[in-house]
Amino acid sequence: MDDPIFTYALRIGDDALVLGQRVSEWCGTAPTLEVDLSLANVALDLIGQATLFLGLAGEIEGAGRDADRLAFFRDVDAFQNALMVEQPNGDFARTIARQFLFSTYQEGFYGALSHSAEPRLAAIAAKAVKEVRYHAALAGDWIVRLGDGTDESRQRMIEALDWHWRFVDELFAMDAGERALLEKSIAVDRAALRPAFDAAVGAILAAGDLPAPRYPQRPVMGGRRGHHSEHLGHLLATLQHIPRSYPDARW
Amino acid sequence: MVSGGDDRCARIARVLAEVPDPEIPVLSVVDLGIVRDVGPARVTITPTYSGCPATHAIEAAIRQALDAAGFEGVAIETVLSPPWTTDWISADGRAKLSAYGIAPPTMAACAPCPRCNSSDTEEVSRFGSTPCKALWRCRACLEPFDRFKCH
Repeated sequence: MDDPIFTYALRIGDDALVLGQRVSEWCGTAPTLEVDLSLANVALDLIGQATLFLGLAGEIEGAGRDADRLAFFRDVDAFQNALMVEQPNGDFARTIARQFLFSTYQEGFYGALSHSAEPRLAAIAAKAVKEVRYHAALAGDWIVRLGDGTDESRQRMIEALDWHWRFVDELFAMDAGERALLEKSIAVDRAALRPAFDAAVGAILAAGDLPAPRYPQRPVMGGRRGHHSEHLGHLLATLQHIPRSYPDARW
Repeated sequence: MVSGGDDRCARIARVLAEVPDPEIPVLSVVDLGIVRDVGPARVTITPTYSGCPATHAIEAAIRQALDAAGFEGVAIETVLSPPWTTDWISADGRAKLSAYGIAPPTMAACAPCPRCNSSDTEEVSRFGSTPCKALWRCRACLEPFDRFKCH
């Protein structure tokens, strides 16, 4: 039976790792040089956070797995990231919608985690919250700009937000393991973060004159149990190919 | 910042004050606020951004400088808490940044141009060439410049 703090750190690290890998796909192909730089920097922050959380998970596990080992040598069903972060980038609007929703969630989550009774989780979160605050502001600016832009940009932004909305509830769901950690003041009470998230999202949508997202279907969950969309396997193939093909290679 | 207060710590601190940041070489790791504590047997450092690729290079550069100065036995410890903030960039460091052409971090909405000092400037991109900088442009002298982000 895994240590519940190992699982918790792994989840948080997997969210950052998978989104960092996704966002880095824009590197070299973004609409403008400035956007390219922005997204590359966001990805870099996320990969850095993943390194710290996965490193901590490995330390807690005590089985000799470091951050690289956990990132490169686990199969798809061992990943516990939320489903939103593994979704394909789509067009620029869809990438920005995901970044805005996830960074806004992450800002609240890391903020609360920085008060965790587990000091190593709290230290990483206190550092990371400053970074994601900037990501949320960047993505929020683009939500407003595209929402309040041309008919085309506005329509794409509305579709992008609708498309991602089915993955939002999973970010605020907790299983028995997390609830047990919450009782020890180690885990974050995710449900308690929802009102502030809804308010922050609502304020930016209002500024961009965008309607509230509609549910095209019921919420989709399962990432925390290792039940992923087909997209994650393809992402991991790219991410893990070199270390799997050449184990322990150095450069 | 120097704990222990003896001559050995002061000598270690002088070595560190000569170690440049790899991305912004006019600043030392001390100017940048990366060095948090100097003890007789241990130097404590903190990373700027979680994903900053310079972090490993900085640690290696500090190791090399300490070894070269005869402090092979001094350990380097990395701590995350409290998190690094641009408030820790020294007054000296801010002056060096400005002279180098990078607007130092301030809470002000507008950054004065480090070349012509005009306040008629605008942000071009919230992210610049490194995680710690944003890209700005001066409308008076028309030159682009980096601004150190408040963090």
